Amino acid sequence: MADLAIRPQDIDAELNPPLVTGGLTYASITEKISAITESKTPRAWYIAIGVTGALTAVLGLMIAYLVFTGIGVWGNNSPVGWAWDITNFVFWIGIGHAGTLISAILFLFRQRWRTSINRAAEAMTLFAVACAGIFPLIHVGRPWRAYWLFPIPNTDLNMWQNFRSPLLWDVFAVSTYATVSALFWYVGLIPDLATLRDRARNKIRQWIFGILSLGWRGSAHHWKHYEMAYLILAGLSTPLVLSVHTIVSFDFAVSVIPGWHTTIFPPYFVAGAIFSGFAMVITLMVIARQTLHLEDLITMKHLENMCKVILATGSIVGYAYAVEFFTAFFSGNPYERFTFINRAVGPYAWAVWTMFTCNVFAPQLFWFKKIRTSIPAMFAISIVVNIGMWFERFVIIVTSLHRDYLPASWGYFRPTAIDVLTFAGSIGLFLTLFLLFARFLPIIAVSEVKSVLHAQESGH
Amino acid sequence: MRTGKTYWRSLDELARTPEFEQWLHREFPENASEWTGKASRRNLLKLMAASFGLAGLVACRRPVERILPAAKGVEEYVPGNPMYYATAFSLGAAAYGLHVEAHDGRPTKIEGNPQHPASRGAAGSFAQASILGLYDPDRAKWVRKDGRRSSWEEFEKFAAGRFAGQGAGLRFLSGEIGSPSLEAVKKHALQRFPQARWVEFEPVSQDEPMAGAQLAFGQPVRAHYHFEKADVILALDCDFLGLDAPTLSYTREFARRRKIGTPQDRMNRLYVAEANYSLTGAAADHRLRLRASEVAALLAELAAELKVFGETLRVLPAASGARRKWLAAVARDLAAHKGRCLVLAGPRQPAVVHAWVHLINQLLGNAGATVTYTAATWTPQTQALKELASEMAAGQVSTLVILGGNPVYNAPADLDFASHIKKVECVIRHGLEEDETAALAHWTLPEAHYLETWGDARAWDGTCSIQQPLVAPIYEGRSAAEVVALLSGYPHRRAYDIVRNFWSALSEPQWRKALHDGVTPTPPSAELKVTADARRIQGLPLPPPATGVEINFQPDAGVWDGRFANNGWLQEAPDPMTKLTWDNAALLSPATARSLGVNTGDMISIQREGRELKIPAMILPGHADNSITLPLGYGRTRCGRVGRGVGHNVYPLRTSGAMSIAAGGKVSKAPGRYKFSLTQDHHSMEGRPIVREATLEEYRKHPHFAHEPHQELFSLYPEHSYDKGNQWGMVVDLNACIGCNACLLACQAENNIPIVGKKEVARGREMHWIRLDRYFSGPEEDPEVVYQPMACQQCENAPCENVCPVAATAHSPEGLNEMAYNRCIGTRYCANNCPYKVRRFNFLEWHKDIDQLQRMQFNPDVTVRMRGVMEKCNYCVQRIQEAKIKAKAEGRRPIRDGEILTACQQTCPAEAIVFGNINDPNSKVSQLRKQDRNYAVLAELNVKPRTTYLAKVRNPNPELV
Amino acid sequence: MSQATNQTVAGVLGDFATPEALLAAVGELRSRGYQKLDALTPFPIHGMDEALGAKPSRLGYLVALGGAAGAGAALLLQWWTGAVDYPLVIGGKPFFAFEFSIPITFELTVLLASFTAVLGMLALNGLPRFYHPVMNAERFRGATNDRFLLVVDAADPLFDPERTAALLHSLGCEHTEVYKDE
Repeated sequence: MADLAIRPQDIDAELNPPLVTGGLTYASITEKISAITESKTPRAWYIAIGVTGALTAVLGLMIAYLVFTGIGVWGNNSPVGWAWDITNFVFWIGIGHAGTLISAILFLFRQRWRTSINRAAEAMTLFAVACAGIFPLIHVGRPWRAYWLFPIPNTDLNMWQNFRSPLLWDVFAVSTYATVSALFWYVGLIPDLATLRDRARNKIRQWIFGILSLGWRGSAHHWKHYEMAYLILAGLSTPLVLSVHTIVSFDFAVSVIPGWHTTIFPPYFVAGAIFSGFAMVITLMVIARQTLHLEDLITMKHLENMCKVILATGSIVGYAYAVEFFTAFFSGNPYERFTFINRAVGPYAWAVWTMFTCNVFAPQLFWFKKIRTSIPAMFAISIVVNIGMWFERFVIIVTSLHRDYLPASWGYFRPTAIDVLTFAGSIGLFLTLFLLFARFLPIIAVSEVKSVLHAQESGH
Repeated sequence: MRTGKTYWRSLDELARTPEFEQWLHREFPENASEWTGKASRRNLLKLMAASFGLAGLVACRRPVERILPAAKGVEEYVPGNPMYYATAFSLGAAAYGLHVEAHDGRPTKIEGNPQHPASRGAAGSFAQASILGLYDPDRAKWVRKDGRRSSWEEFEKFAAGRFAGQGAGLRFLSGEIGSPSLEAVKKHALQRFPQARWVEFEPVSQDEPMAGAQLAFGQPVRAHYHFEKADVILALDCDFLGLDAPTLSYTREFARRRKIGTPQDRMNRLYVAEANYSLTGAAADHRLRLRASEVAALLAELAAELKVFGETLRVLPAASGARRKWLAAVARDLAAHKGRCLVLAGPRQPAVVHAWVHLINQLLGNAGATVTYTAATWTPQTQALKELASEMAAGQVSTLVILGGNPVYNAPADLDFASHIKKVECVIRHGLEEDETAALAHWTLPEAHYLETWGDARAWDGTCSIQQPLVAPIYEGRSAAEVVALLSGYPHRRAYDIVRNFWSALSEPQWRKALHDGVTPTPPSAELKVTADARRIQGLPLPPPATGVEINFQPDAGVWDGRFANNGWLQEAPDPMTKLTWDNAALLSPATARSLGVNTGDMISIQREGRELKIPAMILPGHADNSITLPLGYGRTRCGRVGRGVGHNVYPLRTSGAMSIAAGGKVSKAPGRYKFSLTQDHHSMEGRPIVREATLEEYRKHPHFAHEPHQELFSLYPEHSYDKGNQWGMVVDLNACIGCNACLLACQAENNIPIVGKKEVARGREMHWIRLDRYFSGPEEDPEVVYQPMACQQCENAPCENVCPVAATAHSPEGLNEMAYNRCIGTRYCANNCPYKVRRFNFLEWHKDIDQLQRMQFNPDVTVRMRGVMEKCNYCVQRIQEAKIKAKAEGRRPIRDGEILTACQQTCPAEAIVFGNINDPNSKVSQLRKQDRNYAVLAELNVKPRTTYLAKVRNPNPELV
Repeated sequence: MSQATNQTVAGVLGDFATPEALLAAVGELRSRGYQKLDALTPFPIHGMDEALGAKPSRLGYLVALGGAAGAGAALLLQWWTGAVDYPLVIGGKPFFAFEFSIPITFELTVLLASFTAVLGMLALNGLPRFYHPVMNAERFRGATNDRFLLVVDAADPLFDPERTAALLHSLGCEHTEVYKDE
């Protein structure tokens, strides 16, 4: 039975360099992390949330305009029925993968370095999934009917959903993923919420955290069931996180459109998701680390490990691109072949080559330790990767649709200002939620880091 | 004038009540039609926004006189059941018989009259779309004096004084008259006003052919071609399948000679020499790119090849090289089919060419066989208009009565009509529109739409039809005959009386039968035996090839000469060849474009005789080099909101000396670019087996050429079986389809399909349920063209159905891929997953501001789709249901084959579309599916489409391949 | 240590600096026959369950049931809606088939299993419970920070405030505290 506790044999070379530095003690860890939520709000935070809040408002306006006017405010057309809407959806869902992956899979693999980052990563997952969730709902022509996507007995037509549709699988996959991630995140928070409760100076904080921590006492009996529950959630989340992007990829793989209809999509999408997810974690953690002075908890080793994951998944993605092209030619299917030639040299070649540069070439720089351990470098590359992964989705969706079987029906897609502002707005929402989280909740799993510290010390 | 209580039921009385008057003016001020702005989507939505309230009354406006339903309708009206009436639609001198469907007194849909020789059950795009004109709120509605609202009473008072004398300085100007009763009124008027003159003018006229007949036979004649008898056809700059001559019947006969069931069947062979790429050129087995001004020379060379005048006379040195080879082959082919071949020249060709053609046909023994003649009366129209203009210039015209037409817009530029008309003391304009001409008239009188007044019309072959109204005039419109009768004191004043009286020879039963059948018992014009005078023709001087860049003026497939400019359906219907909507363009060949250094969308400047025109260029593969085609009818400045300012007006370049082919044009690149809205941007098939084609010889060698070998896919699941009951299917014969837009417009009218406007078409959001995919093949300079009508294929394993999360599109037991509009939430996933891309999405609320009047046209049997909903072809399921209900009512009998006609099938002049029950082995559609030419597009996807195609077979001359 | 009469002694709490000391103390008390012991720690201490003689958690069985329920519900939903209540021919596919039911079945399985895991954990822990006598102890706060507390419940037969406290001291406990129930 796995637990968070330490056995000497667990303490291996990977614990050197230490994951907790700066001579921190249990108390100072508690202090350092809790203080962030207790100290006076810095001005920088207000400025930041002002900006992101404004962007979020833009998102609201764009959605209102869309709902009142119609999908026509976007650039979507025939044959390109999906464009930025679904691109953004897949982009955000992809980002929403690192969190649960770090929490669940790294947990099962006993990757102790996860403890400093999993809390923030999980939060990021939730916020990304929230952003993702918006797009399937607003991309429909009649959003006020979007609830028909859920198997609610409806009196309007007494009809049911079509369970053959990958889009419906999506509805279930994404909502399940969101729910389970939220549970997982909350369960992880309980002991730390109790810590905040017990540190609370004023009644209100005491009340709030008292209720949120459900009366957690850190009793041995609590820990027993807690660890079991955490292990089970990790065990359930691992196939779940893999299933989500697999099913998202079914939206395309199950169709008949050349460039979509391919069996490589599930693994390729999952790898891409982890890839983009880790990139986003780096982007956020680097900022958090610098602004909140968490160098002792989020050490270079954490960041370097994430860079390695990006290098690995980036290479998988690159390989997947290559395989796609190979199969397109090897299949001998003229439509498939054309689609890929069209990607490379067609009207959207610029997007395709942006994608290649950002996703395949940029991460290869992480082969060099110098770059792997340089904060500015990894920050820059993580941004580049995020851009690249957005383009990957754009390429898959738009270049496949704009020229499919009958040349007479071919077309070209151009985004409108509304497209751009809607996407910008979703970024605003994402950052706003993250800022709120960083301000009011422990962004590092206090109890888990303590057990790592304990392991470190008992290791000496 | 009043005619008793009959008008009480019309709006005239109501309109005169002060409160209505005032309400009316508040609702749409007098200058409502001065509304300016381009045809953007927004405006389109607004465009019909006028004339509220009238609508409710329209619904109950049955004409006063007795009109009789056609075969399909029932004598006594059953609420909710559509009624069908026979009537006639005229374009210039040629009339087409129609059946018009009316719901609760509202005309909603136009079909061809099967009993009418010029229609044979088909209706062309103009007739199909003409119904929109009835409900056009931008029509001329009221009598106006100097632009201010007046009334017929006022005008009658005025006319009584004005038209008292002998008609000194009185001139009538009308379009070409095809109505016998109007001719009678005209004759009466000219007797009443001995000093008056009457000019008939059509911008697209028969002047040249008639003059040619004059040269050949010494008298004008109408030629009638019998394509069913012709094995070999040579069309010289003649678009007999498209815009030249009465095309519907010709198309049908021609198509019948292209349909082959087995490899043994014979088909005709068509040679075409032309400058612009026409529908006829697309249907050709051999097409020679040739400047229009060189047709005469080609003809002479042909004459030489045919040894028309023996070896001795060569009009020109015989052609050389490829053209010689081509001509020699054509000549041998023609000579080998004496009496079974046909040579025709288009109406744009000069008289001498027509004379030669008559002669050649005569010598080939075609006269009386594949071509017959009937007598015609003719006065050269352009010449007459020219004289009128000079009279106006000289101030000899005091009163000008303009009946229809729009001379200020479309008269030859050199006549300077617009400025001369100002010299006329009193201009009275009677027309459907408040257009450029109306703007310069003192009196404007509203014309009644042909669906709201009585009349009669003569078809090209002389067959006469009675034009029955389906509604009383929605506004104050009156027919031209009524106006002339009023002015000239004709004994009868109401349209009905004028017509009925003209046909007084018909007994009441005969009259009723004529109304019912849509044709009068009077026989078509008698055949005329004429002989071409070889000696004279031989002596005729040949017009030299045009110097400089040759300019061809052609009527437009959308707006004709401009009269349909305010018709949204026609504006948005893509040009069959260029796929251009909401515009015209200067069409030129790739080589010419290169030499000018222009590309599609670049502005060019065309100068000729001191006149200049700036117009965007469009490269049309297969166009003749050093030649430019300019479609007429665009750039209207005073017109309804749909057509105003759309495209470029090319009339300013068109002079009376060069009405069709203009020489000596100077063309240069002009600054600026222009954005076209095309419905098809990609013209190559990319080597994909989409339209499958073979020559007759190949077909005979490999009868199964259409069956591409592909790996048979099998389903994961047990396949659903469709072996019970009716199983609907469709077969489209690509050999017959000529690519005209009739089906597209019929579908639009039948299924309440909205128009979206130029901007949205540019974004790829047009809503047409049926596309006419046009592919070029072969060299860019001189490609072949194939058409493929593409609507929902009703796949049995429909990919669209699988992916809809809310099951809004599912299969009916009869194999239809159905849309539940009220279930659709608009994910557009189905459209993405449709390999044929035939699904259409309502990106915006296209119907938003369409007012009551426009709604009168909607087919009540078809849902009007809202924003955010997917739609597509459903084999006219409403017609299927109608037939099933009928069959059930008649004792649950099975539905007869051919009982259900889809809208596209019913109107197709080429009979290219066949629909029926594929479960019935004897149905026509099953028979066709058994043919070896039958194939399914993208069959390799195993989607099992219910619509299949019969592969195209061309019949090239073995000598030339 | 307040002496209010209406309060009953609920137990004794011993405050240790390190997990190791705590573990040793628990072992010692158990060997002396103490039954009602508990440890309050900021993070789970390996070996504590064995030291306290606690049985392994049975949460797994509950989760298995939850998962099974999810799978059943999913299949039932897809079969009944598609094949019974409103059958439609869609893409020529059957009204119900396992092939296309797999994704949703999987998702619902995970969903219900996860809910069972969390709710089951809380239930087994008797949470939420916003009051517990030990929370009255001043030293209790340390348990969520950096202290390792050993709690001897008053219900224990061997319990005696003074002697138990003394014993804890002898086991290297830096501070003991008798806490009361209100």
